[in-house]
Amino acid sequence: MALLEINNLHASIDDKEILKGLSLKVNAGEVHAIMGPNGSGKSTLSYVLAGKPDYEVTEGSATLDGQDLLELEADARAAAGLFLAFQYPIEIPGVATMTFLRTALNSQRKARGEDELSTPDFLRLVKEKAGHLGISQEMLRRGVNVGFSGGEKKRNEILQMALLQPKVAILDETDSGLDIDALKIVSEGVNALRSKDRAMVVITHYQRLLDHIVPDVVHVMHKGRIVRSGGKELALELEASGYAAYGQDAA
Amino acid sequence: MAAVQETVERVRSLDVDQYKYGFVTDIESEKAPKGLSEDTVRYISAKKNEPEWMLEWRLDAYRRWLTMQEPTWARVSYPKIDFQDYYYYSQPKAKPKSLDEIDPEILATYDKLGIPLREREALLGIESTAPRIAVDAVFDSVSVATTFKAELAKAGVIFCSISEAIREHPDLVKQYLGSVVPVSDNFYATLNTAVFSDGSFVYIPKGVRCPMELSTYFRINERNTGQFERTLIIADEGAYVSYLEGCTAPQRDENQLHAAVVELVALKDAEIKYSTVQNWYPGDKDGKGGIYNFVTKRGDCRGDNSKISWTQVETGSAITWKYPSCILRGDGSQGEFYSIAISNGYQQVDSGTKMIHLGKNTSSRIISKGIAAGRSENTYRGQVTAHRKASNARNFTNCDSLLIGDKCGAHTVPYIEAKTASAVFEHEATTSKISEDQMFYCLQRGLSSEEAVALIVNGFVKDVLQQLPMEFAVEAQKLISVSLEGSVG
Ligand SMILES: Nc1ncnc2c1ncn2[C@@H]1O[C@H](COP(=O)(O)OP(=O)(O)O)[C@@H](O)[C@H]1O
Ligand SMILES: [Mg+2]
Repeated sequence: MALLEINNLHASIDDKEILKGLSLKVNAGEVHAIMGPNGSGKSTLSYVLAGKPDYEVTEGSATLDGQDLLELEADARAAAGLFLAFQYPIEIPGVATMTFLRTALNSQRKARGEDELSTPDFLRLVKEKAGHLGISQEMLRRGVNVGFSGGEKKRNEILQMALLQPKVAILDETDSGLDIDALKIVSEGVNALRSKDRAMVVITHYQRLLDHIVPDVVHVMHKGRIVRSGGKELALELEASGYAAYGQDAA
Repeated sequence: MAAVQETVERVRSLDVDQYKYGFVTDIESEKAPKGLSEDTVRYISAKKNEPEWMLEWRLDAYRRWLTMQEPTWARVSYPKIDFQDYYYYSQPKAKPKSLDEIDPEILATYDKLGIPLREREALLGIESTAPRIAVDAVFDSVSVATTFKAELAKAGVIFCSISEAIREHPDLVKQYLGSVVPVSDNFYATLNTAVFSDGSFVYIPKGVRCPMELSTYFRINERNTGQFERTLIIADEGAYVSYLEGCTAPQRDENQLHAAVVELVALKDAEIKYSTVQNWYPGDKDGKGGIYNFVTKRGDCRGDNSKISWTQVETGSAITWKYPSCILRGDGSQGEFYSIAISNGYQQVDSGTKMIHLGKNTSSRIISKGIAAGRSENTYRGQVTAHRKASNARNFTNCDSLLIGDKCGAHTVPYIEAKTASAVFEHEATTSKISEDQMFYCLQRGLSSEEAVALIVNGFVKDVLQQLPMEFAVEAQKLISVSLEGSVG
């Protein structure tokens, strides 16, 4: 069984069906890209998998390492190893990023029956991971995502992924709003987390990111379904032809 | 169910089980006859062996009170209080002479509340780790114990019950009692003046920095009993004291009345830091029972360059009516008010402060964080005034409200008046909600709903928590979690 396995998934919000029978299998060690025009349901897929309230699954299944994701609360899905890098990371004023990271890590460890990390061990870990991503100690003292630039927010998402070491990571438009230097830092951070035990789903609108994070498989999503799958060359083809075939321009 | 919705439901289902201090202590007590009359006032005064001048003062207050009306301007509503339906005095039957003679039931009560009354134990076991705090424990209407008195006396500090101070230090009491909150200040303060039962008295002599934190712990135990404590703190020139106040009560179906008066006097270059963690019983999930908390707290920065700082964490009471204030009389004096007011269930909070600038170059700072959940109503009411002579008066006010759910309300009522053109008053206010998106973000990272709410709320109140003495901050943080979630802590 694949590490992430989605079968015939139907989901709606406010009685409007967005996912219309989506199937996807991602094996451990693989990186899959999902591309597709705006509004095709890419973010919806990530929210439904992560258990965002208000989305209703009407049909189909989704499992992580054989465990039924859909019956779990969002926090239990996280503890089971699912991570979502948000397209638009959320601000939490007054809560220092460092405190947030520590609470998150310890909550997951607790949920898995592991001991909490000691303060020195935690600080050492954060310092190392943050250093690679060019995140300063000063930034870690600021409120979660408060006053962060677009690039800083995205780097902060990758830092969380690096700390939480998920089994399955979904990255939703992690490249949007990044200049080329920031894109490189973020891509390096993601590549460093590629591992034979981990599966990644990289959602993007543009081929550009896939020059840096080279996927094993590329899928095209349209109107709530995967309509085409292929190798990394599919991304280049889409870049050339745009999403015109899917009723929308590339931009 | 949406995550925030779920939290709201949990908050809504929060019931009396969550109030950890709701137990009743079974002891024999001696009460004044029910109701209020001149005889009640005389009874209380006689019980306390008070001098004649004190009785006269009380009677004068009682007569004035008869002519006064209950204030109605606060944004709170409750059935009319029948002042004849309360007991105005209740004391444990066996009156202790020393710490060793305290009724074991009362000692057990304070133990259960986590308040150490036995100095010996405090001295032996935990001295190295826990900071030592001198405690005055007030049980219903009387002070049952004051710890570390001898050690404080060495520094010249007087820390005792107000009853004892009236007998032992009449000159200080006569000079200062009622000098900050006058007899006819307001309906509840006047009532308090007539029937106040006990409370704490503190005097810090010139140039002395009080060698430890002082604390009073109030406990209402008896049914239908009003608690009217009176606290008077005087910091003489150049003195410093940090004082903590805690309160709890059993859970009862009736509403109990609590009307305290606290007066602070800071002379030249003196500083008083007054912190409260108010956790009176808030009533059950349907709004039945709970304490009516009508309190007058005022500090007088009487000398130049004096400073008074109020910090409060308000989580309990069915109704809170409370405005710890500062009169900035001395030139260059400073007043501060840091407040966290949490309301849940059917609680009603109308709280805030008054900063009255009289002296030159006076400054004040107000940081208020209101958190409303359930079906509660939470109002910040603040007044900042500068008189004609208060040149260069400065005030900074920051007043933030956080709503959890959509059945509660938060309101901000500022009154600002400057009679001198050189005054600079700044006012900032925000109202926010814990959003679904914030909750989902936290949950996606593995936090439970309870942890997420606690984290967000603690972030919201951080600026104020930092003002509390360390050991109180930890307690307050826990209390905030418990008041809001029910299942954490
Ligand atoms: N809260 C919502 N209520 C109704 N429709 C929504 C809501 N959120 C998204 N949609 C719709 O769902 C579709 C898919 O959106 P989304 O998943 O964000 O697409 P993508 O990420 O591929 O751009 C869009 O048509 C969008 O308008
Ligand atoms: Mg999207």
